[in-house]
Amino acid sequence: MVDNELIQHLKNIAKEVRKDILTDTCKAQSGHPGGSLSATDIMVCLYFNKMRHNPKKPSDPNRGRFILSKGHAAPALYSCLARSGYFPIKELKTLRKLGSRLQGHPERTRLPGIEASTGPLGQGLSFANGVALAGKLDKKDYKVYCMIGDGESQEGMIWEAAMSSGHHKLDNLCVILDHNRLQIDGEVAKVKTIEPIADKFRAFNFHVIEIDGHDYHGILDALDQADKIKGKPTMIIAHTIKGKGVPYMENKAEWHGKACKPEELQKLCKEVC
Amino acid sequence: MEQKMEATRDGFGKGIVKAGENKNVVVLDADLAESTRSIKFQEKYPDRFFDMGIAEMDMIGTACGLAASGKIPFACSFAVFSTGRAYGAMSLAAISELNVKIVGSHAGIGTGEDGATHQSIEDISLTRTLPGMTVIQPCDSLEAEKATLALAKHKGIAYLRLTRSKLPIITKESDKFVIGKGVVMKKGKDVAIIATGALVHIALEAAQELKKNKIDASVINIHTIKPIDKQLIIQTAKETKAIVTSEDHSIIGGLGSTVAEILSENYPIKMKRIGINDKFGESGKPDEL
Repeated sequence: MVDNELIQHLKNIAKEVRKDILTDTCKAQSGHPGGSLSATDIMVCLYFNKMRHNPKKPSDPNRGRFILSKGHAAPALYSCLARSGYFPIKELKTLRKLGSRLQGHPERTRLPGIEASTGPLGQGLSFANGVALAGKLDKKDYKVYCMIGDGESQEGMIWEAAMSSGHHKLDNLCVILDHNRLQIDGEVAKVKTIEPIADKFRAFNFHVIEIDGHDYHGILDALDQADKIKGKPTMIIAHTIKGKGVPYMENKAEWHGKACKPEELQKLCKEVC
Repeated sequence: MEQKMEATRDGFGKGIVKAGENKNVVVLDADLAESTRSIKFQEKYPDRFFDMGIAEMDMIGTACGLAASGKIPFACSFAVFSTGRAYGAMSLAAISELNVKIVGSHAGIGTGEDGATHQSIEDISLTRTLPGMTVIQPCDSLEAEKATLALAKHKGIAYLRLTRSKLPIITKESDKFVIGKGVVMKKGKDVAIIATGALVHIALEAAQELKKNKIDASVINIHTIKPIDKQLIIQTAKETKAIVTSEDHSIIGGLGSTVAEILSENYPIKMKRIGINDKFGESGKPDEL
């Protein structure tokens, strides 16, 4: 059982992360707030509770790994890393600026805590499989987390990789699908449906759990459950809301890759919930 | 004199087994282990061999994750698949500065009977344009074995281009292999043939023919197309009157283009690129093609 105090603590962090997402993309006047906001609660649970990691030892061979395959959600990842202590929080405002370590999409060579350079969609799950295979070879007990998007799941490489995860029985791998139902051109269901997505991953030999991706009890329980599943990888299908926590942006595809106007920022930050 | 014949992929097979003494070396293949000779590694080190099935993008992506975890992955397939088919994954590997070795066997029209869809004539161009990429094409099996061992020690992303067809062994056991260093196979003063891979032994034969016409030709073996031995190329141009490049690859973007880029900026001299002249191959015996 998860105590309510912990959940309140995580929710408070998530509020700050959401404000960072709005502020940093606003300062950059570009970036992807919608899919960052939908992924926030899950990332907060990983970085501030579930995942074994130490910002002082970003290369610790035994660390848990988080691979953000949907790399455009970088603003959420950067905020979690900064607030965990990987780099100064004030550096967040350099997002997407010339010379910044905070590139438009994450780059592992530039910033401590970034496991994989991502952004061209579909590629992170293969990378995560490689890290999980190395963990098995080296008999290490680290867990590999990989977050993919629903629009991203239209990429063929996701399915090549999913076949590998299942084939190699990577039970040290937990994939989280940020199922916010929107992509740039509109609803995923209308652009090109990925349903029945749970059945698809089951057919690829995943243990599938479906949750509300904004319910902290559900997220933490699912992550714990993934630790107990042996002989197959786990897929957590997290039903989320694009733009979650900023009512003005919720469920609107237009906020996929657009920053708010500077004059809107203060008001939107106040409304974060 | 009868020369020993062996394909460069066989040299790779021997080299990768030796490289496997380092426990961090792992090998991935995409259902062509027999053809690429990665099977030799699989036989010796089954636990460190991963057959990724027919999924080249996934293979390179997985290699990236392994490399990020301290492994030295060699990801193998036909050149046409391990480079072009997986280009997005390869370019991300390069951006990520990961220690991934991509192996492409059956390169060029020398692949023969399989036809144009299986004859990679643009892979040097595709790989060398990526920042940080090392591109190597050995001229015989012995050199391929040494190149494989050198790459296992080399840090950084690299592409190893191999042939299907058997080639005469023209280097010696005692020859040193240094990444980035061209090899003067024969000194001459009239013209220089700068060749790579399967065309080096043919360049040596051509030099013999030219001798009959009293033309004294140099032959340079460029096994490392990137980083290329710029100094040797400029020096060779200065010592001869003309340069001919020769490769089993498109003349667009390959060795010929690389040499032209260097000479036009540093020492313009008459030159001719010999290779595939902006067209696709077809089925046939390698020699006929």
